[in-house]
Amino acid sequence: MEEALVRAVLFGTPILLASLGALLAERGGVVNLGVEGIMALSALAAFAAAMAGGVGLGVLAGVGTGAVLGAFLGLFAVSLRANQFVAGLALAALGLGASGLLGKRYEGVPLPNPLPEEGLALLALALAALLHLLLYRTRFGLYLRSVGENPRAADLFGVSVDGVRHLALFLGGGLMGLAGAYLSLAYRPSWTDGMTAGLGWVAIALVILAAWQPLRAVLGAYLFGLLFFLQFRLQGSVPIPSEAFAAMPYLLVILVLALSGRTRAPKALGIPFERGR
Amino acid sequence: MLKLENITKRFGPVVANRRVSLEVGRGEVLALLGENGAGKTTLVSILYGLYAPDEGRILLEGREVRVPSPKAAQRLGIALVPQHPELIEAHTVAENLALGLDLPPFFSRRALEGRLRELLKDHPLGVALEAPVARLSAGEKQRVELLRALLSRPKVLILDEPTSVLTPKEAQELFQEIRRLQALGLAVIFISHKLDEVLAIADRIAVLRGGEKVGELSRKEADKETLVRMMVGRSVAPLPKVPPPREEVVLEVEDLVVPRHGFPVQGVSFALRAGEVLGVAGVAGSGQSELVEALAGLRPYRGSVRFLGQPLPKDPARLYALGVAHIPEERAMGVVGGMSVAENLALRTFRAYAPKGLLDYRAMEREARALIEGYRIKTPSPRTPVRFLSGGNVQKVILARELKGGPRLLLAMHPTYGVDVGAAEEVHGRILELVRQGAAVLLVSEDLDEILALSHRVAALYHGRLVGPIPREAASREALGRMMAEGRA
Repeated sequence: MEEALVRAVLFGTPILLASLGALLAERGGVVNLGVEGIMALSALAAFAAAMAGGVGLGVLAGVGTGAVLGAFLGLFAVSLRANQFVAGLALAALGLGASGLLGKRYEGVPLPNPLPEEGLALLALALAALLHLLLYRTRFGLYLRSVGENPRAADLFGVSVDGVRHLALFLGGGLMGLAGAYLSLAYRPSWTDGMTAGLGWVAIALVILAAWQPLRAVLGAYLFGLLFFLQFRLQGSVPIPSEAFAAMPYLLVILVLALSGRTRAPKALGIPFERGR
Repeated sequence: MLKLENITKRFGPVVANRRVSLEVGRGEVLALLGENGAGKTTLVSILYGLYAPDEGRILLEGREVRVPSPKAAQRLGIALVPQHPELIEAHTVAENLALGLDLPPFFSRRALEGRLRELLKDHPLGVALEAPVARLSAGEKQRVELLRALLSRPKVLILDEPTSVLTPKEAQELFQEIRRLQALGLAVIFISHKLDEVLAIADRIAVLRGGEKVGELSRKEADKETLVRMMVGRSVAPLPKVPPPREEVVLEVEDLVVPRHGFPVQGVSFALRAGEVLGVAGVAGSGQSELVEALAGLRPYRGSVRFLGQPLPKDPARLYALGVAHIPEERAMGVVGGMSVAENLALRTFRAYAPKGLLDYRAMEREARALIEGYRIKTPSPRTPVRFLSGGNVQKVILARELKGGPRLLLAMHPTYGVDVGAAEEVHGRILELVRQGAAVLLVSEDLDEILALSHRVAALYHGRLVGPIPREAASREALGRMMAEGRA
């Protein structure tokens, strides 16, 4: 039982980090569907940097790569006012493809001195609390929520809509990068192509499940973590085909999305802002 | 205090403002009067830093200033209460007000509310700072906008069509507030297209038409007739008398209930005779949309509704075939913007143009041409997408489509909202013509003058209940205002 909870937390941590990153951007009105690609490239960058200069450098490289990719999405989805969904999906595909191509030489190489998972799990928990405070107790948080709800009003009162959105994507990308680094430096710790295994998509669904609240995302992430754990543990020991367990998290995602009509998304979510429109 | 000199603003080939000069002094109320599209809002947007003028200059207290952004406007002491409250519904009043402040990076809710109270100690608050904006009434939301404008300690306060969302009583309160601010030494620019208001509040009145200032009068020199002539460019004939209704009952509504969240319509009963107009007023959100949409077959309802003695069907297509026409609340609901004028005119009767299954566009466009001419719809061609037409012309497209079958009942909601005086005249003329032919009209409008001018009987919706109807002769603006705001005749 205790083991189940610990594993649930450890498995839920990358989902939590990634979904905090997505949540941050979405509160500002930008959907980042590139999570999966950002995590994959960050995981690779973190691993490569850790091999070259230790895990500390690895974490920095992971977070930095994520943040830069977040900003890259901002170039299209914010500055150029491209369709956020298309731009995000393109980034996801790009990140997955590029990481597979660039990561060939690291395939199957073990990391000599990995990071402790527990430390990063605690950090993720702290980051969720910090994000909550950021949203509700700081000027940036107020601006971010305003921009996500009614960018016209925010603009009218002198808030730089694009500036806030860029910063949100940058910081959110950093969190996704940390999620990637956690996978390749602590959870595995190694690098294989496709190691993100759809966690990025789960993270996006979790934002909705959590009703855009960071503290609820913690519970949701651990719930997903528990489901993944059960999937491994119950395989073969109960007369239910393992495919059913394997499908469970994704079925839950679909269920969440189907039921999400009831929660209230930021009003300007997914809509590029143009003054005077 | 504030002076505009020869402001010109073009949008491509369209000139929105041409060499407009204005001046407003300390403690003075300047009214900017003009129809929709006269360039009032463009001028304000320039003053508030949303657009840059192509030519001309702005002087504040004698110094030339540039206003590149709303933030710059606030710093200069120019504040705006926009026409439609630009508030963030999910936030509290305090959080909305905080957007107008220089905030520290970190703050607590209590510190924020304390600071707001301190900053606004010279003004009555009128709303609870911790209340979520989504729960406020339209008047309270405007109050929040005004408080936010006052936070920046402005020298010049611009109010853009502030009464359009208010009940007559709330409008009176707003006027008192304006007087109070005027006494504090603010220069106030009051934008409106309503003559009564302008005459009630302004010290001077500048009239805009087609982007140009056509004149400026002091309060003493101004009267309604002169102002209308300046605004429209010609005098407007009063509406012809409406003939009395006939005996035949067209619509009988008994105990109509719309069973949605909070029961927006709770037991409404009335009867409409042939050739009769029933005007229904009400504060926005009192059940008007739901009542009209229920009768138009767009919303489920309970209760008995009989049309020419038969139960009214609940299917828009069958309703139209039976002779029930509907001018919807919002123009965007009544047309498909990307489709052509001809297609929009044929929307109700597509099948008639496709006897063999394929649409006969030539017939459709031929008939569209006739309607375009008959209703004087200004469009380059029947193939022009409707979204390129002005509001008044879109409204005429809807009217032409709905009236072409000779309806027995017209459900008209805000039929002249946001159209210019000329188009409104035409719309009113068409409705009266229909009434003379014996149709019954349910007229729901926020324009009390429109209701009083066209109706035989008037009523108001108050929290989903119908107050009245009372005969037109017994009604006045004040009486209607009471019915809307207090629910009693």
